[in-house]
Order: sequence, then C-alpha cells, then structure tokens
Amino acid sequence: MTKKEIIERAGRAKAKKAALGEDIVIENYVTGKEHDPLNSLGDFPEEYQQDLLDAGIEPSEKDRSGSFLQQDCSVVFSTVKYRGLELMSTTDAMKKHDWLEDYLWKAVPVDIDKYAAEVELDQTHGYFIRSEAGRKVTMPVQSCLFITSDKIGQKVHNIIIAEEDSELHIITGCSVSHAVNSALHLGVSEFYVKRGAKITFTMIHNWSRGMEVRPRSAVVIEDDGVFISNYILMTPVKSLQMYPTAYCVGRNARATFQTIIYAHGDTKIDSGSRAVLRGEGSRSEIISRVIATDNARVIARGDVIGEAANAKGHIECRGLMLSDSAEVDSIPELKATRKDLDLSHEAAVGKVAEEEIQYLMARGLSESEATSVIIRGFLNVDITGLPDALARETKRMFDMSLEKVM
Amino acid sequence: MLEIKDLTVEVEGKEILRDLTLNIERGEVHVLFGPNGCGKTTLLMAILGLPNYKVKKGSITFKGVNITDFPTNERVKRGMGMSFQHPPEIRGVKLGDMVNIAQGRKEEKIDENVIDLAKRLNISVDFLNRDVNLGFSGGEVKRSEILQLLAQSPDFAMFDEPDSGVDIENIELIGKIISELMDRNKMPSKRKKAGLIITHSGSIMRYIKADRAHVMLEGRIACSGMPDEITKNIMENGFEKCVELCVRSEEVGAE
Repeated sequence: MTKKEIIERAGRAKAKKAALGEDIVIENYVTGKEHDPLNSLGDFPEEYQQDLLDAGIEPSEKDRSGSFLQQDCSVVFSTVKYRGLELMSTTDAMKKHDWLEDYLWKAVPVDIDKYAAEVELDQTHGYFIRSEAGRKVTMPVQSCLFITSDKIGQKVHNIIIAEEDSELHIITGCSVSHAVNSALHLGVSEFYVKRGAKITFTMIHNWSRGMEVRPRSAVVIEDDGVFISNYILMTPVKSLQMYPTAYCVGRNARATFQTIIYAHGDTKIDSGSRAVLRGEGSRSEIISRVIATDNARVIARGDVIGEAANAKGHIECRGLMLSDSAEVDSIPELKATRKDLDLSHEAAVGKVAEEEIQYLMARGLSESEATSVIIRGFLNVDITGLPDALARETKRMFDMSLEKVM
Repeated sequence: MLEIKDLTVEVEGKEILRDLTLNIERGEVHVLFGPNGCGKTTLLMAILGLPNYKVKKGSITFKGVNITDFPTNERVKRGMGMSFQHPPEIRGVKLGDMVNIAQGRKEEKIDENVIDLAKRLNISVDFLNRDVNLGFSGGEVKRSEILQLLAQSPDFAMFDEPDSGVDIENIELIGKIISELMDRNKMPSKRKKAGLIITHSGSIMRYIKADRAHVMLEGRIACSGMPDEITKNIMENGFEKCVELCVRSEEVGAE
C-alpha cells in the first residue's frame, strides 16, 4: 500500500465508529502548543515528577537502556545508552529508515475504526523502538506518553521491532497531570517480533477521571518468537476501550497477556486481549484480574482463535466485586477451526470471601488488614518471562500503584 | 487458662452447643472425642470467636479475661491459635506469607527465618511459594496448618483433626511438633502452654500425652476422664455406650 492509498483508506474510515466502546467526539480535542525539548528527564517540571514515577518511569534513567518522553504532542526527550538499540520518535524514524513504511499499518488496519484513521491523518509522533538482530537488550527501555494540557488530543503511532534473535524489554507509562480535566489519548502500537526474538512490554496506565483512551495495538510474532504483555491500570479513567491482538504467525510463536485492573469511581472500561494462533504449535495465555468498586463498569474480554495444528490457548479471567453499584462482565471466547488443537477458558467473578477473612484473622490480622491481604493476593499475578531485575521492578510498580488505592 | 461456662452457641439460627462447661488449666492438654456433628468443631470456632458462631448464653474466659465478645484477632493477640480442619484457599497469598503473618511480621519476603521453620515440617521452599491451601493434599493442609501455628507459637492451641488424611510417617512428625508446641517435652510444673485437640483416630495421641479426654454428644460434654480409659472405652463400646458407662460410674462414685 502506498502512502496515498493509506491516507485514502483512513479518510474513508474517518467517521467509522469502533465495534466496541462508546463513541468519542475526536473533534472536541485539540493539538495544543509545542513544548521545548529537555536536556534530561530530571529537567521535567517538578510538578510532573511524581506522575512520571507513578507511571513507572525512572527520572534518573538508572538501569534503563534508553528513555523517551512525549509531552502532549511534542517529543521532549529521547536518548539511547545501549548499542544495538534504536529509540526515537516515529516521525524521525520515518525520515531515517526508508524501509519503515513496510511496517506501518501492517498489524493494525488503518481503517479498523475512526481512532486508527485519526492517528494516520493527524499523527502527533509516538515512539520507534528497535533491537538489532542478535542483540539482547536486557536492561529495559522506558517510554512515557504524558499529557499536561487540558483538552489535548494525543495521537501517537508507535512501532516496536525486535529483529531476529534479539531481546527487548520495554516499560511504558501513560500519565496525565492533575491539572488536566479532560483529554484524549489515541495510541496505535504495532509490534513485530521476528524469528527467535522476544519482547516484554510492561505498561502502566496512570490516567485520571477526565481521560478518554483508545489504544489500538497488535503484535506479529514469527517462528519461536515470544511476546509478553503486562498491563496495569489502578487509577480512574473516564472511558477506556482496547483489544490488543497478537498474531502468532510463526511456528511455536508465543503470546502472553496479563492484565491487572483496579476500577473505581465512575470508570468505564472495555478491555480484552486476543490471540490468533496461526503458526503450528503456537501458544497463548490470557490472564486478567479485575477489581471493581464504587460505580465502575468493566467488561473484561478474552479471545483465542485457533487456526493451526497443535495450537494451544488458555484464558483465565477473574473478577472481584467490592461494591453493589459496580458491574463486571467477563466474556471469554474461543474459536477453533480444526481438530488438532487445544483451547480452554475459565472465568469467575466473586466477592472477598468471609471465610478467607476469618482465616487471616485467626492468624492475628484485623478485618481490614485481612481484606487488604486478600485483594493484594487476588491481583498478584506471577509475572514470568521477565529478567529478574525487571520482575522486581514490575513488582515494585505494582505495589506502588496498589498502595495508592488501598 | 481457659474457662468455659454454660456456653450455648447457635450457628445460622440452630443451637449446636448447649450449656457447655469446660476448664483447661495452664500446662494441660485435653482431647475431644465425639461422633460427627456433635459440635466439636463448633466449640473450637466459638472459642476462637468466628462471627457465624453466635454465643447465646454463657461465657468464655481466657487468662482471666472475659473474651466472649472479643473479635477473633483480639483473641489471637492474647495467645490463642487454631489449626483448621478445612482451611480456605486464598489465591495469590502464599503459605510463606501466612507464616510471616502468623509471626506478626510485616516482612513480605520468604526469608531464612521462614525457611528454617518450614524445614522442621519437611516443607520445601517451593511449597512455601504456593498459594495457601490451593491444591494441597490432605496431609499437606495439616502440615501447613501446624507450620502456621509453630510460627504463631500460641499459649493456647486448638487442633481440629490434625491427623486426618495424614500418612503414618507424617503423623509422627506432626505429633512430635504439636507435643513440643504444648510444652509436652517439659516437666509438668514447667509447662506454660495448653491445648485442645479434636481427633477421630486417636493415632496422634501416641505422640501427645493428653491430660484429660472428653466425649461430646449433642452439643454437650457428656463424659470426661483419663485419655487412655476413654479411648479404650470408645474403641470397645462406641461413643454412646462409653458415655453411658461414664454416667453409671459417676453414679456409683456418688453413692
């Protein structure tokens, strides 16, 4: 597809409502003024530093192989400390690499809905991350998409490529300043995991009550490639709808999605993960833990489509209700198109069991301490596949997010 | 240590214990026998103060304080502990976490302190990292419960069938640890702890020398006596007959 064809397609999809989630009026949001570049993340205004931390971003850049920060619609910081790793704005990457256009809109169709189309027609940067063939970048790359201005529409296109036999670990945070009453985040992310490569993607969404969010993400995984996504959302959000999809096209390709959501206030979330098992022996695991309290509404989806021999997929959705005015819909789906495969799902929604509280009280905890231990345990998904340091880091970020809500 | 007076307890509106009286002195271990459904577990749960077990009448005094209306964790802080027969599974909470909690530590790591305790019950580090009671075998549940009590080191410990579903080798192990938990290895005058054990098989009693045995029938303590005598009586004659014999001998004694 030429650039012209892409733009035409996007143009035709400009009014195309998304299949899921309530419709958002994109025109309510603006591009806003440009922000000046920073010399270091430490130069980012003091008032935003805590929000950076809350989104899992390390301002000192300690133990990070690279850092990227986009404020509203401006890329204000981008640096790489590791050979074999590329990190820059997608806009710069397009200028640098002619071949990059072959990766645009290959995983996510540009005309899937009006949000994807809008990112093509009115893109405001996004990040490009690439590990060269054979390079194992075990130290994580950090990237942050930050909103500091009211009424902003942030429309990013991210491209992440792990070349053959390389390894890439990404911590990405999306955050918003407390001063922002309403804003829109549209994020298209296309991941390419080449033969024998591995990407782990740990994302913390640190939104606020006025945010409308529509990520559009897809992953293409080749032979023996591995993709692991860990998603954490503990703050309220006005409206979030996403359904990231992993296409396991190669032999023994593997995809794992782990989602942890603590929904409170008037949060509305429609979140799912999908795996399409096209490669022989490909595998997927989709795990979600959802807590709903106050008036939150959450739809937790999971979908596995098995199309290849010896494919194996499992979905595990668990919900915990803490309020009578909250609502959780758990919707796991399986589709098989041949006989030699194995797909399964389990879904459960429940409450904090009295019996469990009493058991913990019998070991000396008060009722509220016991409840807190149970909630923490419920959300505690063992994150596998991360390097030790990153696993510890992710645990720390999770604990930090949890402390704020407990 | 523990003084129960005229205790009547209801569970979901149904009277399970009626006018039950029981005294356990410091340094004593009592064993509780009785057929299924006679109220043994209810008695333990009521002593522990679980909310579904409503005290309608009578009192529970522990270390001289009337604790009848105290919440469970308050009783635990004062030195009570319980090994549950059917503890619940808690997802995401590891056995090692439970050991830390039982010790009253804020520590989140499963450290040497926890690992050393676990070794005494042949519990591996891998096992400490499993979600508590999730997929545990019968014997594993018992060892996990005893480990938590060992960590808690209560002055007064209750055991609800600590030997059911446990293989012979582990019965000896569990028996010895329980025995130690209740100061059985010390001279009688040096024993500071006390305990109450429910058991069906009595096989664990080979390792724990109890001071007194009781037979419960229909929510009351129907007879009490020397553990060896009572056990023998139950084995030979069954619960009801045993109680009958007890009552008769009391009458003889009264004459």
